[in-house]
Amino acid sequence: MVQARGWGWRHGTRKAWAVRGLDLRIEPGERVMLLGPSGAGKSTLLAGLAGLLDPIESGGDEDGELLLDGVPARQARVQGVRAGRALTGLLLQDPQAQTVLARCGDDVAFGLENHAVPADRIWPRVEQALQEVGFPYPVAHPTAALSGGERQRLALAGVLALRPGLLLLDEPTAMLDPDGAALVRESVAAVLALTGAGCLLVEHRIAPWLPLIDRVVVLEPGGGVRADGPPEVVFAEQSAALAAAGVWVPGVRVGRSRSGTTAIATTIVGPPPDQPMAESGPRTWQSGERLLTAAGLAVRRPGQAEPVVHDLDLTVTAGRALCVVGPNGAGKSTLALTMAGLVGPAAGTLVAGPELDAGAGPHPIRWRAGELLSRIGTVFQEPQLQFVAPTVAAELAVGPARVRGPHRRDPQQVAARTDELLTRLRLSHLARANPFTLSGGEQRRLSVATVLATAPRVLVLDEPTFGQDARTWAELTALLTELLAEGAAMLVATHDQELVDELGHPDLGEVLTL
Amino acid sequence: MTTLIGPLGVRESSTLAPIARANPVAKMAVAMVIPIALILTVDPVTAGTALLLEVLALPWCGVGPRRLLGSGWIVLLSAIPAGLLTLLFAADSGRQFIALGPVTITAGSLTAAAAITLRILAIGLPGVVLIVTTDPTDLADALAQVLRLPHRFVLSALAALRLFGVLAQEWQALTMARRARGFDTGFGRAEGFGLGAVRRIGSQVFALLVLAIRRATVLAVTMEARGFGVDRRRTWARPSRFGAGDLALALGGLLIAVLATVAGVVTGSWNLVLA
Repeated sequence: MVQARGWGWRHGTRKAWAVRGLDLRIEPGERVMLLGPSGAGKSTLLAGLAGLLDPIESGGDEDGELLLDGVPARQARVQGVRAGRALTGLLLQDPQAQTVLARCGDDVAFGLENHAVPADRIWPRVEQALQEVGFPYPVAHPTAALSGGERQRLALAGVLALRPGLLLLDEPTAMLDPDGAALVRESVAAVLALTGAGCLLVEHRIAPWLPLIDRVVVLEPGGGVRADGPPEVVFAEQSAALAAAGVWVPGVRVGRSRSGTTAIATTIVGPPPDQPMAESGPRTWQSGERLLTAAGLAVRRPGQAEPVVHDLDLTVTAGRALCVVGPNGAGKSTLALTMAGLVGPAAGTLVAGPELDAGAGPHPIRWRAGELLSRIGTVFQEPQLQFVAPTVAAELAVGPARVRGPHRRDPQQVAARTDELLTRLRLSHLARANPFTLSGGEQRRLSVATVLATAPRVLVLDEPTFGQDARTWAELTALLTELLAEGAAMLVATHDQELVDELGHPDLGEVLTL
Repeated sequence: MTTLIGPLGVRESSTLAPIARANPVAKMAVAMVIPIALILTVDPVTAGTALLLEVLALPWCGVGPRRLLGSGWIVLLSAIPAGLLTLLFAADSGRQFIALGPVTITAGSLTAAAAITLRILAIGLPGVVLIVTTDPTDLADALAQVLRLPHRFVLSALAALRLFGVLAQEWQALTMARRARGFDTGFGRAEGFGLGAVRRIGSQVFALLVLAIRRATVLAVTMEARGFGVDRRRTWARPSRFGAGDLALALGGLLIAVLATVAGVVTGSWNLVLA
């Protein structure tokens, strides 16, 4: 049983409390979904319950009490380790950072060893936990060969082997593709049914989890509980507020529906700017030109010998979106990176049309980085990979300063465009913040802004909506639609069916299934 | 999926070779005691004897010539040029074979060259066998259980090693992401090699470190959440035992060291290297 009594926590380096004045009681076996805008302290509460917040070790401040079965959570963790059984099991977001050891069985055994379970009882429990999550590989299978979804399943088995009464799930599917996310949800459902454990779940895309949940708690940023009750009641009462906070509320469509029935996207995104983006770009763009043409193209992942996709003929056309879909491992990302001039074709040709070429030559892979910038812009799945500067404002200035050739703009034009992008993507108040300290949604908006800063004619986006909340999703979709209308060309590799419904709509583009 | 730990990541316990299967601590003992004997002297007889005995033991190591070369090329790469340089520039003594200005090849420099080459090979071979036949997890188990090194340290290092394998992929991803931001790769043809390349590589290495540290921080939370670091008491799912066979292997290593030294002393070739 969980009891929070006026509980609060302030991280050592922060001025504001992450959680404050929280009163909450969760009975054993209850399945609770924890909602609230980012910064409401959801992850902090989970870490607190896992017994990992220590005012002495991490230098934070604690207020009130956070109890597990009547014992302070931190103490409960230590007692659990000594008794050979964990009260809580924590599952986090990043699959790579949740694998401890090189072999699957060893990874599950790790927690049991730490809890000093006798050696002869470890392996039966490892086998049982792997079976309960439906893990398909033997114990000697190398963890390096697992997909993200399989890794999360393995991590769940590692947690489960300790027989926790409460699973703490902190966005366990945010970094997974839909197939991987489904795997993890199935495993969690099976485990909850089998063990009778309760759960406390934090997720952005909540709809697929709802069948598992019997209570929803909405945290108020700055402290306390805003709403608490059965899902249908909470969603009925709070749907507008939740949608504004970025929660994917069931039954509320966030897209810019072409039929015009939905207002949410426009209310979130705000009215389109007075001037179209292209005004400060190189020229008024014409739609319909062939910017990139691939003939007999085969693509392969960097460092691998065998191509993943063969014999592709396709064109990227101004004003149109080409949505690339298909199962995991089909080569969507590799195709995107190849079309973006970042990976050389394995066979066949990729040629830039004269309009895009503009003096740089016909082969994107041979362009200098400074030439690529103003022609093809790429938004990576992980925004952090692309950050190179200490502040948001500096991050936006990097690209334009590195552009070479005829597309180079003078500093005044660059400053105007940078300001425009900061405003447009709601980043102005963060101009001096370090990109790495931004929330997931803010990082995504920044990564898109950095690409738009150099006004590239072609945009390549690799899973741009992964792990994004509903608000960021709507903003992004609206922005991409506008850019298409302004004559940009787009190639989008994605698993996101809702995004494909928007951008792959015959009015705007095509869908390529690999 | 490529990893830097490559062949180490695969468990080799299926192999029948007794030396490959031995406790990693015993293999480590061999890989340490033979070099100690060889560091004391530079002479062809001691080094040659040690190398000969090591090669005779190879069939029980379960390492084929291809894997040996695959991991041991770096030893060869250092042994051959070291021998050649010694051949050309060592102090002259004995009969002179070739003289070209300052470069002379004499009986003395031939002996010295053979000694240097054989010594590097004899020191390197047990280390290569250790690396090729030992899984890092088994090594960590042995270090913590047999040598009683602190398990918090050993297991943290092991987990870090696994993350290290991910770095190669992240480097590749970073290279592409940075090209998309306008930074050519450090080795890129377009922007030259000078100081700028060093700076670009430096900043990319820094970016890689930032990513690695963030990931390691989450991994640490994962490990703590599974009870790591709470208590000194811990059990081991994979018991690592130092048995009679392991003792025999360690003594075998000692025997090679002793026999090689005796051969060197008896033939009068052994000479103590001081500093």
